[in-house]
Amino acid sequence: MTNNGRPRTLFEKVWNAHTVREQSADAPAVLYIDLHLVHEVTSPQAFSMLRERGLMVRRPDQTIGTMDHSTPTTPRNELGIIPIADAMAALQLDTFSRNCSDFGIPMYALGDEHQGIVHVIGPEKGLTQPGMTIVCGDSHTSTHGAFGALAFGIGTSEVGHVLATQTLLQNKPRTMAINVEGQLGEGVTAKDIILAIIARIGIGGGTGLVFEYRGEAIRSLSMEGRMTVCNMSIEGGARAGMVAPDDTTFEYMYGRQHAPSGADWDAAIANWRTLPTDDGAVFDQEITLSADELIPMITYGTNPGMGMPITDAVPAPADEPDINKKTALDKALAYMDLSPGQQLLGKAIDVVFIGSCTNSRITDLRQAANFIAGRKVADSVRMMVVPGSQQVKKQAESEGLDEIFRAAGAEWREAGCSMCIAMNGDQLQPGQYAVSTSNRNFEGRQGKGGRTFLASPLTAAASAVSGVIADPRVMLAN
Amino acid sequence: MEKLRHIEGSIVGMPVNDIDTDQIIPARFLKVTDKAGLGKAAFCDWRYLEDGETPNPDFILNQSAYAGASVLVAGNNFGCGSSREHAPWALLGAGFKAVISTDFADIFRNNALKNGLLPIVVDRDTQQQLFSLADEDPGTTVSVDVETQALTLPDGRRVNFPLDGFSKYCLLHGVDQLGYLLALEDDVQVYEASNPQRVTTTV
Repeated sequence: MTNNGRPRTLFEKVWNAHTVREQSADAPAVLYIDLHLVHEVTSPQAFSMLRERGLMVRRPDQTIGTMDHSTPTTPRNELGIIPIADAMAALQLDTFSRNCSDFGIPMYALGDEHQGIVHVIGPEKGLTQPGMTIVCGDSHTSTHGAFGALAFGIGTSEVGHVLATQTLLQNKPRTMAINVEGQLGEGVTAKDIILAIIARIGIGGGTGLVFEYRGEAIRSLSMEGRMTVCNMSIEGGARAGMVAPDDTTFEYMYGRQHAPSGADWDAAIANWRTLPTDDGAVFDQEITLSADELIPMITYGTNPGMGMPITDAVPAPADEPDINKKTALDKALAYMDLSPGQQLLGKAIDVVFIGSCTNSRITDLRQAANFIAGRKVADSVRMMVVPGSQQVKKQAESEGLDEIFRAAGAEWREAGCSMCIAMNGDQLQPGQYAVSTSNRNFEGRQGKGGRTFLASPLTAAASAVSGVIADPRVMLAN
Repeated sequence: MEKLRHIEGSIVGMPVNDIDTDQIIPARFLKVTDKAGLGKAAFCDWRYLEDGETPNPDFILNQSAYAGASVLVAGNNFGCGSSREHAPWALLGAGFKAVISTDFADIFRNNALKNGLLPIVVDRDTQQQLFSLADEDPGTTVSVDVETQALTLPDGRRVNFPLDGFSKYCLLHGVDQLGYLLALEDDVQVYEASNPQRVTTTV
């Protein structure tokens, strides 16, 4: 599709189709929002604002709520209820229930069969669709870009704007094409692609940009893999990352609860096929990576840009010419208690966390379960497996994955954000080392004083059974 | 939001790059349902010792020479990470009116402007000069004029900083953006009339 003959990017097509008012010298563009996802942590002050001003939620039928961040993931009690031990979390969850009920927003409460991490349930229910604008008070909203949607995180004030008006003021971002050519090798996954991208561009490299992930390796990924990649766009500084919709997208969506059906499905597909970036469209920036050269990645520092191939040694601050980067690396290595030149392979760990909006979907759990089947989690390691939603949990249990994890000595828990954000009781103790499939290794992110190595589910599983950081390719080869 | 026209305040330097929102306010403080009282959680894990209560004497904000500082000078890429608006709420609660850096993460900058916390982008030399001034002469004050988008250093040098016209208007007049959006209801109805609803959550 062209606009007056000018080739356009996927991003431009979605942006243009949602512009209620064009950007001008005086004001940013006003964008229409198709789908607004809300959760308990970033919404209460927005609902309070609506009440103070006597406003309604303009489109509750384009809004959906779920509880995920502050919810415990501990097993259900004998009554089938997930107990909430934290009084503040309980109040926040109660407040959320009341807000959704008062304003007519459908919501999946803790324990509901459709409850789960907001970025897992949107796609799972067929709410996330190509060409849509999707926002949520959560920076990992970029996940939904895997479907060719323009999806980004917003603050609580903006949550209020969307609740009240279904629109947002936005300055138009610039674009970056990220081409991932070639094919991934055995034991290398979507998580390794995105960790390699962020290691290359740095955590601020995407500020002001929307990424479009392109190339053979991206096309070959499952939807879950594409979600993993798009999820961490924000860790490269970009608010949104997108993948053009294709047959993989449509096969994933077909038959899902909120996906179009019948004649509407055919019409939708015809429309979605016009979305991919036109030949000759120009991106503001472009980089290319070779998937063939990638190996499993792991982070060594305290932001997601401090990552490296798992067989590399921890870099030395002395080798860093930029004084700011040197200082940051010094600080990170002190926090992580690591030495320049140290190999991470063989480094003892305390916890393995498989979960989060990055890596808690069924394919992630299958990968980890297949790896761990017939093996045992090392005695020195606590391994937690936290499905991203109740539906993922149900699917995994129907396939017997829970039994594989339990038999290996791992914990199989209820759905939620869990140890990715450590505000729900699931957290590291000070000084502990974790290999985590989540998205952030910031100081204290997984618990005050906790130390995080970000990696793929395969690397996490290999490390869990080894008791030390391990390269999954070695065990896959045996 | 209160009007923000002019800031006159002392600076404190945190020459650390990539200060993320988990450092500005750790997630365990997000279990609140209002905005009040978050100032004491600002930089909590750097500010207090292991018990979470005893001030860490090494942390710059705990040093009496910097008490009352209202302008934070930070390393590059300030505010990366999560979308939590609790980050600017905590900084405002801790007494800050502006943050100076070479660049800000997108979501943090948006959130800050919506709450009257001014993100000031300066070049690296200015940033380094401010770090030196804060370090060598605690209590150094700077002045900021929103209208002219100017930061004035103690030596009288004026440094202009970018600020989009819409955000500036909102800061100068103390209005938030919601009123503007609410006034566009007719435009939104026109949009909806010509664009079929793409998804319905209520069925």
